[in-house]
Order: sequence, then structure tokens, then C-alpha cells
Amino acid sequence: MTYKSFPHGIHPPENKDHTSRLAIQQFPFAPVLIIPLLQHIGKAALPIVREGQEVIRGETLARADGFMSVPIHAPASGKIKRLSLVAGISGKMVPGIYLEPTPGSTQEIIEGQPCLLDTATPEEIIAAIQAAGIVGLGGAAFPTHAKITPPNDQKSDHYIDTLIINGIECEPYLTTDHRVMLEQSNDIMLGIRYLLKASQAKHAIIAVEANKLDAAEILRVAIPADIPVSVEVVAVKYPQGAEKILIKALLDREIPAGEHSSSVHVLGINVATCAEIGRLLPHGRGIQERVITISGPAMNKCGNYRIPIGTPVRFAMEYLGCSDDLSEVFLGGPMMGNALPSLDIPVTKGTSGLIAFTQKETGPGLKVYPCINCGACVDVCPMDLNPSQLGLLAKQQQYEQMAKHHHLKECFECGACSYVCPSHIPLVQYFSSAKAYVRKNKAA
Amino acid sequence: MTIDPDKLRSIITAFVFMGGLTALLAGILALVNSRFFVKEDKRIELVENMLPHTNCGACGYPGCHAFAEALIKQQTLPGQCNVSPIDAKKQIAEFLNIAVGQTEKVVARLACSGGDNVAHRRANYIGLPSCQAATQLCGGSKVCTWGCLGFGDCEAVCDFDAIKMSMGNLPQIDETLCTGCGDCVKTCPKDLFSLEPISYRLWVACKNQEAGDLLLDSCEVACTACGRCAMDAPEGLIVMNNNLPLIDYTLPHETQVPLQRCPTGAIVWLNTDNSISKGAESKKIIRHNPLPTVAT
Repeated sequence: MTYKSFPHGIHPPENKDHTSRLAIQQFPFAPVLIIPLLQHIGKAALPIVREGQEVIRGETLARADGFMSVPIHAPASGKIKRLSLVAGISGKMVPGIYLEPTPGSTQEIIEGQPCLLDTATPEEIIAAIQAAGIVGLGGAAFPTHAKITPPNDQKSDHYIDTLIINGIECEPYLTTDHRVMLEQSNDIMLGIRYLLKASQAKHAIIAVEANKLDAAEILRVAIPADIPVSVEVVAVKYPQGAEKILIKALLDREIPAGEHSSSVHVLGINVATCAEIGRLLPHGRGIQERVITISGPAMNKCGNYRIPIGTPVRFAMEYLGCSDDLSEVFLGGPMMGNALPSLDIPVTKGTSGLIAFTQKETGPGLKVYPCINCGACVDVCPMDLNPSQLGLLAKQQQYEQMAKHHHLKECFECGACSYVCPSHIPLVQYFSSAKAYVRKNKAA
Repeated sequence: MTIDPDKLRSIITAFVFMGGLTALLAGILALVNSRFFVKEDKRIELVENMLPHTNCGACGYPGCHAFAEALIKQQTLPGQCNVSPIDAKKQIAEFLNIAVGQTEKVVARLACSGGDNVAHRRANYIGLPSCQAATQLCGGSKVCTWGCLGFGDCEAVCDFDAIKMSMGNLPQIDETLCTGCGDCVKTCPKDLFSLEPISYRLWVACKNQEAGDLLLDSCEVACTACGRCAMDAPEGLIVMNNNLPLIDYTLPHETQVPLQRCPTGAIVWLNTDNSISKGAESKKIIRHNPLPTVAT
């Protein structure tokens, strides 16, 4: 049987077997939780608590500051130790909250105003999604309510006809979405009901990669008869899970350069985000924990964990135990994730995994050779860019030209080009720094 | 020696043909030159010769010729040129009978003093040796996330050799060579450079917005926001803002008093010979070797 897929792409070793059969476990509370107020794309939330204040798990710690912002909820019952700057994943220090969970507390989650599916209007559902602090849990951490909200301008023929629930998870090592699909199929179905109502989409497709057929089977069984949902299995290939690529593979619709999925009438939501919507909205709760995969050759005890937001990476690693020659830790997957410069960075809403490597895998840096124009990168680029040409331009710091004539912005840094480059040219690193340069100097 | 008449004929034909073609093309060129001649203002060349020919672009125009054109069209003033000495600017102003405009030279200043000998690193970075690339990985390997990463992107981008990396991998600016073109400002991913009038010699060489002595674990010359400079300075000259001293340069600022009691040497006096003076009570740094990476 042939599955739908897209041209180009790569097949990195999956390494999912270590954790894909392990059920999600609850992770304990760290002695101090570090909660950045900017865990998403957009504006930081505004704190509404004082230092020394006692908070209950699930209480709002910070409110949303405008439309492109979401509130932050207390991941544990405890005491606010300090409000100060904390190290964020972006590399800049961001305002944050140090929370000390009370030992021996029952850690009961308080409930807020529930958003009931039968009575709520689409606008109310979108507002409830924002109030629950929900952002894209796949890794991008884009505020979900902003994605669903129709654009303000009246000119476009804006409508959503298809809701895609993205359960691809093409990154090696990560198995969080797989486990969520296996264990929380009812939450996912409830989440789809909410999303269908909020976006007014006609039908929903749950996309699953062919290496997760068990999840596809469970979801097929769980689909209620009264909602138009289908499960589509797509071929195993990286980066199948990127939204633009997935839409092209499933519906054969191509998003024009510089536009979003809404311009082809599609709303793409990660399956974990969808499950959280179904889990939290009926109780009026907010995100205070998320499922992550902790894996990699340097970890003693791999697994999938429901971990409180704000758990420092150091605590997670020490609790599970890691090998002595730990050399690199990735937040997210090994392809698109970030190598951490410090273990004091906390797990945030956008963290889908924590992958640790030893000296054996990372080794010394590979020697970089000049480009030999073999075209391997062109063959794998899912966005049909020319990474070889872009790489040469980046080396000469022709960043403006890259943006103007070579569609630099379309690169979403999947890393396929760097993965195949026989000269070990760090192409993605070039592109991400070029993009940062263009962003900075466009704003100035 | 005899010449084959056939060959002679072909040589003559070639000469005649090529000569005719040359005359035709020259005629076309002459015609085009007379019909489409662009009358350029003679003054443009004269003004351009008074400019420094660095083509740095600091004035906001693509080069000295374009700046001279703009001057003639009275779209800008000679003061916009950052490289010319004041006499040359006055000469241009006199020649064109326009005002001189702002004449103070601006130079790039660096708001960090954390070289490898004083600022700790938290990780070993083995990627591209470029500040911009390192910044993409959670802000790079320095503990201080505001601080200079020291890979010298600014040194590479500077067309005038005004920036040299010191032994501690910290950029040092030669203010006599700096033209104020702003390339380093654009390139630095940490936004540590800014263009400041050359007379601003009282300078805060730190961007760390944290406060307290714990900061010294990350960088020995960081501003701990103790506020002594603000207390010692003349009324209103320095206020503490975001845990950093903010100097109000509209007030008289020719004073070295504020830096005398600075415990770390984060507020400095920039001398005209490109050296940097620190206060009497600031920590003396005699180490030149890089600090070891903090085990994390």
C-alpha cells in the first residue's frame, strides 16, 4: 500500500523504539519551578502575583498582554519566591516567576469557568482557548487562538474548510504525540469538536505517519459517528510534519510564499494541542503541564512524561539519571531542536522533548569542507529552495540578497540540507542567523 | 618577395571593411553622444573631490558621489558626512553657500567590557565561529546573555579596520579610523554597538539588566546596579534605568567623578587615544588568559 507523501525529504534514523511503548507517566515537582512569562511567539504575559504570595495549582499567574499573548497558569500549588529575569529558550533573558511548590500539598487543580461545547459560540471557544493559555505544543508555540481567529480585513474570501490534526511527529526520538494519540483519543475527539465549532470547518483529518499504525487504529475506533473526521496515514519521511508540507501531501494545496495555511482554507493544529483543548476547556483549566519525551543515549531512564511547566532541565536530568559523559542536550528533537548552553533553562509549553547525547554521538565538530556543488541539498529541500546557493551567499554575508531573490524566509530550518551535506556545511545555522539578521535590520 | 594578388585583395577588402565599420560605429557613438549628452553639474565633481572618498555610506547615501549630488540639490548638509574633518565641511558649505549642519563626528561605541578573561562561559560552542550563528542557539555560550560573544563578526564586517579583537576577544574600536558607517551596529546580534558623538566620553560599558553581586559570578566587570555613579554624578546626569546607569548627555558630561567609586568598572571614561580609564576603586583585572568554562 502506498501512502501520500511529498517530493524530496530525508529518512533519518527514527530512534523512537526506546520510548514509543512506554506509557505517559507523571513527573514529580522540582524544588523550584522557573516559569518564563514568554513561552510563546508574541508578547510576554503580565504577572498578577506578588513575591511571597501563595498560589494554587492552575491559578492564573500572569494575564495575557493583548491579542498575541496568552496567560500563564501555576504549574503547582506553592509560594512565589521571586519575580525576576529568567533565561529563556530564545537566548534573551525574559521576565519570569520562581515558584516553590509546597511539599506535601495535595496539588489539586482548581477549576475555572467551563466552556461548554453545546452552549458556547465560536468566539467564546476562541476566548476560552486563549484563557487556557494554549499555544502550539508541537514546538512552534504559536498562540492557538490567534491561529483560529479569522483575519480582520474583509477583502479576503476567508473561510476554513478543512481542519488538519497533525499527529505526524516526524522528528527522531520524539514519541509524545504518539503516546497522546494512544492514551487520550477521547480528549482528541472532544478537542476536534471544539475546533470544528470554533473554526467552522466542514471536516477534520487526523494525519498519522505510517510508523504509528496502532495510533491510527485507535483513533479510527474512537471517532464518534456524528462528526466528520477521518484518519489519513501518510508515508514516513522527514519533514512530513511541517504544516505546509503536510497540507501539500494531504490536500495537494500549495501555500503561496509568505502566506499562512488559512489562505488555502486549512487550519492545522498539533494533536497534543487538540488533546489539551479537549482536556482543559470543559473544566476551565489552563495548561500547567505538558507531555514530553525524555530520551537519548545519555539518559538512563527514557520515557514519556507529563511534566510541570517550568521544571528546570537540570532537575529532570538529575531525577532520571544521565550518563557521565553527557555532552549535549537538545530541547525539542535532534533535527529542529536547540542545543542547550545551560541546564538551568526550564521546560516550557513549546518543549516537546529533551534529548541527551554522549561524547560518542556528538564527538568533536566535523571538519567543514567547501561546497562541491553535488546538489544533495537541493534534492532533499522540501520547500524547493536552493540551499547550496543560499549557503554560498550566507558565507559572503549577502543576507539581503538571500531574502530578496532566494526566498530565505520560506526556509523553516528543518535541517534536511545540513543532514545530507557531504561537506558538513552547517547550512541551517547559516540560514537561521541570516534570517535573524534580516529580521533585525528590517525592524530597524 | 611577391604577393599573391588574391591574398592582397582579401587584405585590402578586410581593411576597407573594418575601416568602414569603425567609421560607422564611431559616427553612431558621436551622434549618440551629442544627442543624449547628460549635462552634469560641474560642481558635483568639485564637491566630490572635497569629500573623503571613503564611500562608507554613513551619510545615508550610496557613496561620496551620491552625497555630493544630494548636497548640490540641497537635500542634505555637509555635516552629515561623518568622515571629513570640520575644515573640509566648512569649505564645502562656503562653496555651496549652505549651512554646515551637525558637525560632531559620531563613532561606534561598544556597551560591553566582558572579554574572555573576565566573563564566564557556560558551554563549549563548536558550531560556526560567528556571533550571529551562536546567538541562535539560546543566546550563545556566555553566561551573561547580553554580553559580547567574541567571534568578531564586527571585526569582519568593518571596512575601515577600525575594530580589532583584543586578547580577550573583545572588540576594540579605533575612533580615528571609525567612520560611523554603522555596519557593526547592524551586524552585532547582541546590539552592543551604537553610534555616539565622539565627545561622549563618559560611557556605560555594560548591558546586563540584572542586579546584585551574584552577577559577578557570570562576569567580573558587570554593572551590579549599585547606583553609586548616579549618586556621585552631578544632579540628574545619571539615573538608574533597568538596573543600568542611563546618562543624560544633554547635560554637561565632561566629568570623571561618577566612575571613581564604581566597584566593577562598568562605567568608564573613553580616552582620545582609544584606551579606557576605569575608576580608582574599580577592580583591577590583571588576568589575560580566558576563564575556564563553568561546568554545567
